[in-house]
Amino acid sequence: MKKTKQLSAGLTLMAFGLGTAQAEYTLNLMKGVTKVSNDIYDLHMLILWICVFIGIGVFGTMFYSIYHHRKSRGHKAAQFHENTTVEIMWTIIPTLILIGMAIPATKAMIELDDVQESDMTIQITGKQWYWDYKYLGNDIQFESHLDEASEKVHRTAGANPHSVPHYLLNVDKPLVIPVNKKIRFVLTSADVIHSWWVPDLGWKKDANPGFINEAWTSVDKAGTYRGQCTELCGRDHGFMPIVVIAMEQPEYDAWVEKTLAQQKQKPDLSDQSSGDLMAHGESVYLKNCVACHQIDGAGIPGLVPALTGSAIATGKWESLDGFLRAGTAKMPSFAKLNAKEFAELMTYVRNNLGNKVGDTLQPKQTALPDDDD
Amino acid sequence: MSAVVAEHDHHDHGPAKGLLRWIITTNHKDIGTLYLLFALAMFFVGGAMAMVIRAELFEPGLQFVDPAFFNSMTTMHALVMVFGAVMPAFVGLANWMIPMMIGAPDMALPRMNNMSFWLLVAGVLLLASTLLMEGGAPASGWTLYPPLVLQTGKALPFAIFSVHLLGISSIMGAINIIATIFNMRAPAMTLMKMPMFVWTWLITAFLLIAIMPVFAGAVTMLLTDKFFQTSFFDAAGGGDPVLYQHIFWFFGHPEVYVMILPTFGVASTIIPVFARKPLFGYSSMVYATAAIAFLSFIVWAHHMFTVGMPIAGELYFMYATMLIAIPTGVKVFNWTATMWKGSMTFETPMLFSIAFVVLFTMGGFTGLMMAIAPVDFQYHDTYFIVAHFHYTLVPASIFILMAAGYFWLPKWTGHMYNEKIGQLHFWLSAISVNILFFPQHFLGLAGMPRRIPDYAIQFADWNMISSIGGFIFGASQLLFLYIVVDTIRGGTGEKVTAEVWEDASKHSLEWTLSSPPPYHSFTTPPTSIPTEHI
Repeated sequence: MKKTKQLSAGLTLMAFGLGTAQAEYTLNLMKGVTKVSNDIYDLHMLILWICVFIGIGVFGTMFYSIYHHRKSRGHKAAQFHENTTVEIMWTIIPTLILIGMAIPATKAMIELDDVQESDMTIQITGKQWYWDYKYLGNDIQFESHLDEASEKVHRTAGANPHSVPHYLLNVDKPLVIPVNKKIRFVLTSADVIHSWWVPDLGWKKDANPGFINEAWTSVDKAGTYRGQCTELCGRDHGFMPIVVIAMEQPEYDAWVEKTLAQQKQKPDLSDQSSGDLMAHGESVYLKNCVACHQIDGAGIPGLVPALTGSAIATGKWESLDGFLRAGTAKMPSFAKLNAKEFAELMTYVRNNLGNKVGDTLQPKQTALPDDDD
Repeated sequence: MSAVVAEHDHHDHGPAKGLLRWIITTNHKDIGTLYLLFALAMFFVGGAMAMVIRAELFEPGLQFVDPAFFNSMTTMHALVMVFGAVMPAFVGLANWMIPMMIGAPDMALPRMNNMSFWLLVAGVLLLASTLLMEGGAPASGWTLYPPLVLQTGKALPFAIFSVHLLGISSIMGAINIIATIFNMRAPAMTLMKMPMFVWTWLITAFLLIAIMPVFAGAVTMLLTDKFFQTSFFDAAGGGDPVLYQHIFWFFGHPEVYVMILPTFGVASTIIPVFARKPLFGYSSMVYATAAIAFLSFIVWAHHMFTVGMPIAGELYFMYATMLIAIPTGVKVFNWTATMWKGSMTFETPMLFSIAFVVLFTMGGFTGLMMAIAPVDFQYHDTYFIVAHFHYTLVPASIFILMAAGYFWLPKWTGHMYNEKIGQLHFWLSAISVNILFFPQHFLGLAGMPRRIPDYAIQFADWNMISSIGGFIFGASQLLFLYIVVDTIRGGTGEKVTAEVWEDASKHSLEWTLSSPPPYHSFTTPPTSIPTEHI
């Protein structure tokens, strides 16, 4: 019986010439994994059913009338054009229904708004086009970019998105939180307005430059939850996903310890083969440069200069290094990169993207004198 | 000298000859025609942009356009459809119909009427020209939110000036409509005897006068922020980007009602004619329209539930927004009651009007769902809202504009349109519009944000279905273009009567004039008016 059902569902989809690629596929709002998201889901279903019920009444009446009260069936038109009782009824009944809806809605809204008595706070900063997470209270801070596989595919004509797991919904470094803890988020932005949304948490909140918004969650179930930026923030708005991993407390504690240790670790400045430099350089490029200079280094005509054949990129590496650290009016400074990343990135840019300088730069060369890295 | 004047008086002014007639005309019928044809042209321009969007979204991955151009397309599609197609189409209908419905010889301010049309053309052309500028057309969404909009290239000041021109044009149109309705009605036509279309436009015109200067102010503040070092919307200088959103939506929410109130008016005009029954609840219709217009000014921040408002603000805007359901419900019930026990026939205008009532109500339901602030934290800025407002604009405003076209084309041209092709156009449109927009509800609920050029694999199926619906809908509209051209050129060849539709002259004054009406109609006001609609 179950098999027959599956078969017929499969056939129906095939009839459309389509197949669902991933199991996450849904038609309705997700219940999510927090109390608030479940309350919101219930509220959504309540209003949906009220609308369906009213719709059946109104459309049923209309279609009954369309079928029976037509001239071709010889129906003679009545000439009434008002009925005070009916009119008062259909004003008062909807009012009562609305009041009925407003009560649970108000409760849910108050719950959603209450950020007090939280166990920990995470600062979320939206940037064109990635998220920056900072755990207030310990020193964990990292950027969360679209994963490399999605990045390459969406920037390459003819590439197959079906080959990438969680296409456009995966990141290099997910946000990690403990379950069953009230986590307060403070949201802001470094440039334009972004909006942080993970449907399983039940809400989205805008990240406004120069202001701080608050929100909170408490996840019931360990797991990986995905979302996206939902406020148009420019060219790559569609490419700044969010991944939240909720862990049991012991696992989370281990993660904190590991991450702190990693953050304190000094970058490895030992020499690399040119192949390694190029491969690592591509990762640095995809994370930091590709949004403007494009995957082939061609830039955007009229807006962003090409790197291919660029005098700065292919000139003396020392001046390129200085240029990247300083930034310009149009390009941010990349002083946040470490010596290892500088060496990899510059080697990549000078020997790929249509450039052929032929040098390899080692981290020791690019380390600043006062770099204690 | 006096002899010359007397002779002049007897001379019947026809239209000027040749192309010049259309440039210098002050005749309400000519200007109405210009508005309608311009709106139709822009409907296809905006539609072509929608086709680009749906083609890119047909499959996951980027196939046709660059993400920045995609953002320009969503922005320009909205601006062209709102300011180039829907609003001008209703102003065109107002120009043609209001004088004939109230028994006036022309609009009150005919020269300003001409000017407001040509400013519209200038404004829309200026806007379209930004597509060719360095850095591309505005790509920040039609809401033009800062700081993103300030990243626009060379196009920004041109787009802002274009908004100024469109605003001036709209305000002039609105003043003209108010002046005409207040001063030029036939003596017997008291306010509470005016046709519903006239009523809804009167209220809409007040909305326009109230809101267009607000929008002009908001974009001017963008201009000074960008070029004159002010910081209205920049926190670094003491401003607030969210302030722009408050100002914009104080304009933007009434603005969407500017597009829907005249829609209500046309529906209330057409349904009684084909139900052969008076409109149910005329005065409650008038009051409901006024109530909706009033409410439209006090609900703006429901577009901003996730922006970070205090709880009192969230709750107030939720309650106020929910109230809109009451007068809107009254309207839907009234249309249903108008059909009830009528003697209905289903010519193309009636088909489009019934589809309007049904599909607009669906848009109303999703509107009610989004009024619930906590749930809107999920719906906001997803395809759910895209589905919602397209249901209230395409199968509502656009369908009613189609209905109005079929309803009045025989009056305007004196020719009958081809009913078979009209019905084909209706069924293709009504079915494909649902294939186009209904799946977008699923996409939004499943988590697909709006304004993205590429998407995760689980959204692929419904996007493909939606795009197929979009292509069928787009292609079907060519039938309408064919019908308009064909009807102007003679249509079925059938001679239409003054009434066109059975007993239409009992409903409204325009059906007492010949088809087509004389170039100057009601040079003396009619002595009696039809009262069937009241």
